[in-house]
Amino acid sequence: MKLRSPMEIWGYLPGTNCGECGEKTCLAFASLLKERKRKLELCTPLFEARYAEKRKRLAELLAPEIREIEIGVGARAKKIGGEDVLHRHELTFFNRTALAYDVWDTMDAEELNERVRRITEWRKFYIGDFLTVDAIAIRSISGDAGRFAECVRAVAAQTDLPIVLCSFDANVLEAGLKEAADRNPLVYAADKANWKEVLGLVKRYKVPVTLFSPDLDTLSSLALTFSSAGVTNLVLDPGTYPTGEGLAESFSRFLRIRRAAILEEKKVVTYPLMAVPLTAWMRYGAENALEASYWEAAIASVFIIKYADIMILHSIEPHSMIAERTLVANIYTDPRRPVSVEPGLREIGAPTEHAPLFLTTNFALTYYTVESDISSNKIDSYLLVVDTEGIGVEAAVAGGQLNVGLIKEALESYKVAEKVNHKTLVIPGLAARLSGETEDATGWTVLVGPRDSGRIPDWMTTNWPPKSGS
Amino acid sequence: MRKEEKKLTLADIARFLEKYDVLELEDVTIKGDVELELGGSPGVALPPALIQALQSLMGVQRPQAPEGKELGELLPARFEAARAEWAGKIEEVTIGATRAEGGTRERTVTIGGERSLPFYNFDFEMPHKPVISLDCFDMPISLAKAVREHYEDVMEDPGEWAKKNVREFGAEMVTIHLISTDPTIKNTSARDAAKTVEDVLQAVKVPIVIGGSGNPDKDPEVLEAAAEAAAGERCLIASANLNMDYERIAKAALKHGHVIISWTQLDINAQKTLNRYLFKLGVPREDIVIDPTTAALGYGLDYAFTNIERMRLAALKGDKDLAFPISCGITNAWGAREAWMKNSPIKEDSDWGPARYRGPLYEIVTGLTLGLAGGDMFMMMHPQAARTVKRVTQMLFGAERGDDKAQKVEIADWVTWAGEVVKK
Ligand code: SF4
Repeated sequence: MKLRSPMEIWGYLPGTNCGECGEKTCLAFASLLKERKRKLELCTPLFEARYAEKRKRLAELLAPEIREIEIGVGARAKKIGGEDVLHRHELTFFNRTALAYDVWDTMDAEELNERVRRITEWRKFYIGDFLTVDAIAIRSISGDAGRFAECVRAVAAQTDLPIVLCSFDANVLEAGLKEAADRNPLVYAADKANWKEVLGLVKRYKVPVTLFSPDLDTLSSLALTFSSAGVTNLVLDPGTYPTGEGLAESFSRFLRIRRAAILEEKKVVTYPLMAVPLTAWMRYGAENALEASYWEAAIASVFIIKYADIMILHSIEPHSMIAERTLVANIYTDPRRPVSVEPGLREIGAPTEHAPLFLTTNFALTYYTVESDISSNKIDSYLLVVDTEGIGVEAAVAGGQLNVGLIKEALESYKVAEKVNHKTLVIPGLAARLSGETEDATGWTVLVGPRDSGRIPDWMTTNWPPKSGS
Repeated sequence: MRKEEKKLTLADIARFLEKYDVLELEDVTIKGDVELELGGSPGVALPPALIQALQSLMGVQRPQAPEGKELGELLPARFEAARAEWAGKIEEVTIGATRAEGGTRERTVTIGGERSLPFYNFDFEMPHKPVISLDCFDMPISLAKAVREHYEDVMEDPGEWAKKNVREFGAEMVTIHLISTDPTIKNTSARDAAKTVEDVLQAVKVPIVIGGSGNPDKDPEVLEAAAEAAAGERCLIASANLNMDYERIAKAALKHGHVIISWTQLDINAQKTLNRYLFKLGVPREDIVIDPTTAALGYGLDYAFTNIERMRLAALKGDKDLAFPISCGITNAWGAREAWMKNSPIKEDSDWGPARYRGPLYEIVTGLTLGLAGGDMFMMMHPQAARTVKRVTQMLFGAERGDDKAQKVEIADWVTWAGEVVKK
């Protein structure tokens, strides 16, 4: 974004404070535009003919530094790029790194179907929602156009995920495009040797394309050539060397490109970046699958954190997908969102007066984890959320934010004794050291729950209802 | 949006021709490379895609795409990026003392000294590579199975445990956690703790970190005794914290020649405050390492990452209160349920696979993430995780510069990679 303050943005708005956008003043709306929390379209008056010039100019100035492009179509289409900052705390990162897992055209039909299904259906619950992955990269190992076409056709028929078509042979790519151009696939890739043919192809089929060169002059040349020819839905792959000095150099290329794009506004490189951690497998080979998958995930971590907007991965083992996708979720979480939830007494399901009473902190992550563990297992209960200033259980016990006084106060101020008839409080296993003191200070019976709320269902079978007299 | 203008795709034509078993088209002649005459209407300009489809059907070699020809050569461009220069420099801190320096360590470890973001060697060469310290404990503790199987034989004996960390797993440093001193655990005495520290110093010759139990009431006494027992060894004492008698710990470290960890919980201002208190007590700058708190992947790693990244950026911009090497307790990664739990407690999740594969990877990802934020030192647990974090960070640091040229793989070949190891 080229505008540095809400005041600068305000200069382009009608200035009537009409309220159409939902804000009281144009300046308030300008602040939200600056934070990228609103779309310009909400200011309807700006779309009147007399503001046409201003609107056009403002739209240009508000555009993110890194071009935003979309791959795929429909509900699972994925935007990549669109970033404005180098460090997430400076605003936030916007479009999380797209994780594309590979299939290849020498797989037999059954194997291919199973792999596509696993990638498409993969999901993991995390903070109130399911994580999924983003795309399928189809590699042409055979080099045979017909075979590639067949593979693309099969994949396209089976998944609604975006597709990346991978070959350096323009004939093969075209065979893939004939099958799936209507799916808006990302083409991989044009390089120094094949660029004329690939440029022709992507112009004809109007699809986004990746440019590949570890030489940054060449990569810039390719980007300039394509953009001059009117092809601006570009992704840049500066090469991912899996080990040694090659890895260090690859890392530095990502850093330098992104910094030049954002800080120096070097137009020729203001495109999303692609990393290929799959190259890890070229060093380890398929027979060292565990080590290769760790190395691949390690490289993926490096480039998830530093500026890859899309990446191609090979391991679809659960450990790989869980770790990679969780890291993406962490890095791309908006740091402006609150760390804590409201303290108070929550009802999970439909608790009666006999229902168990669990205690947790108001750290959002802890809260959502405990809440989902209890509700997903259909345990009707009360959850006492105490104000630890947004710190998790273990750290809050160590740091003193979770203490006996706080627990006592929470029991009293949320009138917990009026809701349950048993005066029994279940505290997290990680807060075990507070149990004795809490019993003394509150007069409640304290049960120490499991160290991880995921074990509450097991814990319940042996510990709830509490044996009388204990 | 896609190709609205097209009436008939080449795929349609190809399929059409195939369907009717057309092997040859009558009345179609090809002139030169790209001109095509159809039937009785010579010179009709056809879309190149169609030409190509027809040509490939008839076994004609495909010409270069005409669009490319028109463009000629690649437009020349050079990539240039400015170097970033920072005003600040991170303090250089040496841990361990050799005989010549009044200790008994065989070598020392130096961390810090950065004048750039981590591994941004094109701005300023990172002077010291990050270091890994492997944990051991003064009593058997409950560990995830994937970790426990590596230490089962040494859990009763901290000296043997430390030795194994160095000999078998190549640890550059060892951390001894004196957790049995916690009144709610075993409440062992400060004297017992001092004895354990002596044993560990005897057992290994690498620099060591001495960690308390985390009990704010007991730690000052325990760490004071440990600091005395290790006098002159320049250990790293973990840690001073705002909610305890940090003064007592700092003074003991100062008196016996150790480095101190200043630990705060995800709070930049608290970190600045505690560091200033330590300055006031006369702790020299080169005797301070900070621990801004590590959270596990999926359980607050985003906060830990951003907290460390902000501290490091502030330090590079010139905030001297924060210009210290950063230590990260990566073992915390094992607190994530994904690291050890057998199956997902959430019924709708895809299969989690074996826990023993997940755990080490959680430690690896947590370690690398904080390394890229600014971590200089990682306290870790699983040998393979430690090895992987070490390898990656050393490579990024530039330790393999010049060594690997011959081994570079032809990375573009990933597209056709078919399972083999590619050695070039
Ligand atoms: S709709 Fe436009 S003109 Fe009206 S208050 Fe909002 S920003 Fe101002």
